[in-house]
Amino acid sequence: MQQLLNTALGGLTLGMVYAAFALALVLIWRSTRIVNFAQAPMAMLTTFVALTVIDAGYSYWIGFVVALLAGLALGAVIERFVVRHVEGGPEINAVILTLGLFIVLHALASVVFGNRYRSFPAPFGIRGIEVGETTIGLTGFGIFTVVAVLVVMGLLVALFRFTDVGLRMRASAFNPEVARLLGVKVGRMLTLGWALAALVGSLAALLIAGGSLVHPGYMDSIVVYGFVAAVLGGLDSPLGAVVGGLLLGLSLSFVSGYLGSELVALAALGILMAVLLLRPGGLFAQAQERRV
Amino acid sequence: MKQRLARVWDASAGRHLLLALLGLVVVVLVVESVSDFRNVQLAALAYLGIAAGGLTVLTGLNGQISLGHGALMAIGAYTAALMLQDGEPPIPLLGIVLVSMLVALAVGTLVGVAAARLHGPYLAGATLALAVAVPGIALRFGETLGGEAGLRVRLPDIPEWVLDAAYFVTGSELTRSSYVAYLAWLVLLVTYVLLANLSRSRVGRRWRAVRDDEVAAELAGIGLGRARVSAFMVSAAAAGAAGAVMAFAVRLAAPSGFTLTLSLTLLAAVVLGGLGSLTGALVGAALLTFLPDVVTDAGRSAGLGDIRAAELAPLVYGLVMVAVVLLAPAGLVGTVRSAAARRRARSSRSGGGTTPDRRTTHTDAAPTGAVPTSKGDVR
Repeated sequence: MQQLLNTALGGLTLGMVYAAFALALVLIWRSTRIVNFAQAPMAMLTTFVALTVIDAGYSYWIGFVVALLAGLALGAVIERFVVRHVEGGPEINAVILTLGLFIVLHALASVVFGNRYRSFPAPFGIRGIEVGETTIGLTGFGIFTVVAVLVVMGLLVALFRFTDVGLRMRASAFNPEVARLLGVKVGRMLTLGWALAALVGSLAALLIAGGSLVHPGYMDSIVVYGFVAAVLGGLDSPLGAVVGGLLLGLSLSFVSGYLGSELVALAALGILMAVLLLRPGGLFAQAQERRV
Repeated sequence: MKQRLARVWDASAGRHLLLALLGLVVVVLVVESVSDFRNVQLAALAYLGIAAGGLTVLTGLNGQISLGHGALMAIGAYTAALMLQDGEPPIPLLGIVLVSMLVALAVGTLVGVAAARLHGPYLAGATLALAVAVPGIALRFGETLGGEAGLRVRLPDIPEWVLDAAYFVTGSELTRSSYVAYLAWLVLLVTYVLLANLSRSRVGRRWRAVRDDEVAAELAGIGLGRARVSAFMVSAAAAGAAGAVMAFAVRLAAPSGFTLTLSLTLLAAVVLGGLGSLTGALVGAALLTFLPDVVTDAGRSAGLGDIRAAELAPLVYGLVMVAVVLLAPAGLVGTVRSAAARRRARSSRSGGGTTPDRRTTHTDAAPTGAVPTSKGDVR
């Protein structure tokens, strides 16, 4: 019973991180119809920036903020100077481009920061909290993870729902042509969208890294889980991404706890294939209109 | 005689066979004239070339992306390694290649059926998941699959008749590594002839039709899902064969040999050479084989440590991949071909000659990557 509870709690915490990462993918997919596979190394790179800042003697929180800002900048730069050239072009070129960026950023991190495992600090305890006699599988850092993701999601919802910029961004994603005619600077909105997505990705990477080891490939599997979570939610819906992330986190946590951690990636593949075969539009798919 | 040869050349199947025979002669000359170390590299070039050939058919002719060809190679390699545990395989080596191919085909079909009916990034995502998941299987079934250390491959002795035949043709003893190199290139040539014929056939035309315009293809009676799945199956089979050859050449099947980086660099090779062109795939594979040494040496002499210098090669592939997509989407071979076609068109205009050059029809095998896409389409 206790193991069940702990596995579930661990799963929900991880699920929040997957949800954040899936959200980052969905944000970019909605605005530019590109699945940004390079999200993983982008986020990894910002974690290494944070690690450099922390190793230089500054506090964790300064590193945290610097990493988020670095994510924001990296996302904007990559959209404006690289991805802009393939937007609206052949779909396959965009996919190849993000994969090329994946390799470049990955190798760059290995060359600059080295290819070994390094430990990343956590600002809160990473031991289970004790309730009376028993220790439950919820750590101080876990609570911070959940709160941080919820805060960022709340801010995003507020941005998209209640601000002028958010409205412009939604308009550019919904129909770039019309938005442009109405005076929205669509290009700028796309850059902002990528920047925000990269920020959310960085947050997910920092939360995964906290209290554990980082190396240039440590986010590679997370981009797979993020993608599976996003597909689970329909790839087009932010809410779906969050629910998908939580569901995936729970399922993978149970696989890891009861079957073995080597099988987690295989289980993710299985879930992805099942979703694609049974409900290709995601869990919340409505009957879609079909354009011939 | 000349006329007959020209007729054979005009039929594309005949042309492919003639080129393959010519290739075989070149292979014999090269393998016999270089050192054992170079022969090991040649075998590596061959297995990368086989996998890249399969991938270029998928990506170039059908417009789909697979990030899982490294994993499919792993499946082929492990299949071959399991059959070569005691050095006395139940079937000849070429049979083992065939079995590995079939196993990879089966796995590829599963993934392909799930993902390829949809359009967009789904196949890329599903194959990415495959690439990340497959090493876990080797760890999980450690007793049979050797876990982290992997499975050692014990090649059987070279058959007598092969030794005799080799001595008869070349006049020198056949070494182990040149035997493997011959085997690898034989598989490569057969695979390439099959792939080239397939892409010129009705099946290949259907793949291209689906790539170029889904709606038009569907109206012409082509089943989109079927065309996509069949392209992925052919491509997966090639990866399986490549994996078996890799097992022969490396004599080891271990998870560390089949990282995500392998899948991504294969894609880089295909993009670099030019999507859809088998020649391009071979050029790309050659770069994958020979570039790392050059770049790593350059990095070392620039003062980088060994491990960091080794990461320079992927950095170069990635940068080149980005540059190719941005500047020359047709890749190396495609760009050279279209430049040659332009020059021919100019010279025939100025010369007043009206003889249409058959060769220009080649360009349809090297698309510019122009896959029309419509936002908000049914995905």
